Amino acid sequence: MTNILRNDLLKISNLIKDNEKVLDVGCGDGNLIYYLSKKKSVECRGIEITLNGVSSCLKKGLNVIQGDANYDLEDYPDKSFSTVILSQTIQAMIYPERVIENLIRIGKRAIISFPNFGYWKVRKDFLFSGRMPKNKILPYEWYNTPNIHLCSYKDFYDFCKLKKIVVENFFSLNEDGDVISNKLLVNLLTYQLIFCVSKK
Amino acid sequence: MRKKISSEKILIKEPLRLDSGDRLEEYQIAFETFGKLNKNKTNAILICHALTGDQFCTGKNPITKKNGWWHLLVGPGKVIDTNIFFVICSNVLGGCMGTTGPSSINPKTNKPFGLKFPVITIGDMVKVQNKLIEKLEIKKLFAVVGGSMGGMQALEWAAQYGNKINAVIPIAASYRHSAQNIAFHEIGRQAIMADPNWKKGNYYEKKIFPKRGLAVARMIAHITYLSESALQRKFGRNLQNSKFFSFGFDTDFQIESYLKHQGISFVERFDANSYLYITKAMDYFDLSIKKGGLKKVFSEKKLRFCFFSFTSDWLFPTFETKTILSALKSINAKSCFLEINTDKGHDAFLLEEPDFHSSLKQFILGQIKENKL
Repeated sequence: MTNILRNDLLKISNLIKDNEKVLDVGCGDGNLIYYLSKKKSVECRGIEITLNGVSSCLKKGLNVIQGDANYDLEDYPDKSFSTVILSQTIQAMIYPERVIENLIRIGKRAIISFPNFGYWKVRKDFLFSGRMPKNKILPYEWYNTPNIHLCSYKDFYDFCKLKKIVVENFFSLNEDGDVISNKLLVNLLTYQLIFCVSKK
Repeated sequence: MRKKISSEKILIKEPLRLDSGDRLEEYQIAFETFGKLNKNKTNAILICHALTGDQFCTGKNPITKKNGWWHLLVGPGKVIDTNIFFVICSNVLGGCMGTTGPSSINPKTNKPFGLKFPVITIGDMVKVQNKLIEKLEIKKLFAVVGGSMGGMQALEWAAQYGNKINAVIPIAASYRHSAQNIAFHEIGRQAIMADPNWKKGNYYEKKIFPKRGLAVARMIAHITYLSESALQRKFGRNLQNSKFFSFGFDTDFQIESYLKHQGISFVERFDANSYLYITKAMDYFDLSIKKGGLKKVFSEKKLRFCFFSFTSDWLFPTFETKTILSALKSINAKSCFLEINTDKGHDAFLLEEPDFHSSLKQFILGQIKENKL
């Protein structure tokens, strides 16, 4: 069952304790919350924008509603979940600022994962080709990409500081999805980031 | 118009206390079942019909000789699979297809009730359905499903008897009837009451029915079930019979002909007084005025909700469903929701909508697995 999870999702699942209450924002096919609810008896809810995603979740018996994280988070009460997850989605949000504020309002903590735009290969691509960088998790052309708010490790860190958001922890992953323990040159060496944040 | 209805019937010889404070001394429930009830009685699905629907949700309707109104969805191998489920569908209280309604005989007078029939609510309809389920000795329903007014009943089930159902599936429905919907209903009722044959509801004995009024009511309502773009797509400005305008008041346009047909075929199968009573029941429906509002109405923690709405439905628009979802989010209820893209308007819940059908199927499959059916 574990092999159905993407590496970053597997890492996120390890951060969730048994019997937590989790909301997965942009839960896609529901693989992560299905795993959590079966393996860790976590009580899960999901929001997903696509019909196919929601439909797959329904088949898994998951409680998922179709919705847009930009607009549909407002009516969740404060602290109604122990953890709110937003994986690989923040860069596609129209209002990332508002979304993140909602995530840490709804959840006692939020786990946010995103591709690091400060990664050396991204920089190299842009430097040498002079064109918008593309890779496995950023596969789109500039004209059809849903990723409109890309940021780097440093950008996100600065944002948290500015908004007085507590960074409880973060994990930097390499291209294979393995955690890099080296905390030097994080911005340069990290392919994907996982941030655990909460409200002050 | 009055034909003998061949459904199964149960006569309940005990009074029914109605939301209005009034009561019915006894009442009959007409219903159909499809499929087989399993040994543990865990595979029963109650289907609630809409305003002008009936208990013949699938199979052949013996009155109209047409397919049941949800034959696309219900039947062997279909989304609601009668090889797996025991499907129950009853005519609503106030209806005219065998369940007690204004056209039934009032035991006190031995004449049809007419306007002596007490005013009823969606809550009363559900009380009667619950009685039927009790009589069938089913302790827990696998699901209650319904579209439009059927969705209102499904929500009422969740509110009144949430502990007796595993899942509730309201489709193209709302927690209350909006001002615009009440307005359309009132026009329909006025059309019926303005028909000289209506005679304050006493038309049964002379058998001269207020057909004109009821047909107009149906024509108005039918427009609200479609959408502007579907009307344009299906009919446009196409002419019915000739290439030229008649420059008179005969039927020129296809849409006129279509609506007239809808009106005429409707009066053959429906009672005008039932239309008055049932539309009023819908108008009174508002779960948010119950004590504590929507957040307090649905208190059963184990119950799962699965909502469907349709993008072009302007009778029960998506935001109505989202209002319920919002209340359900605040109590951490187990809810699912999908909005289906379609131009077919409110009636989409009755029509061929592959995305709707497949998603509903997925939900039911998920429920089968969760409940180990």
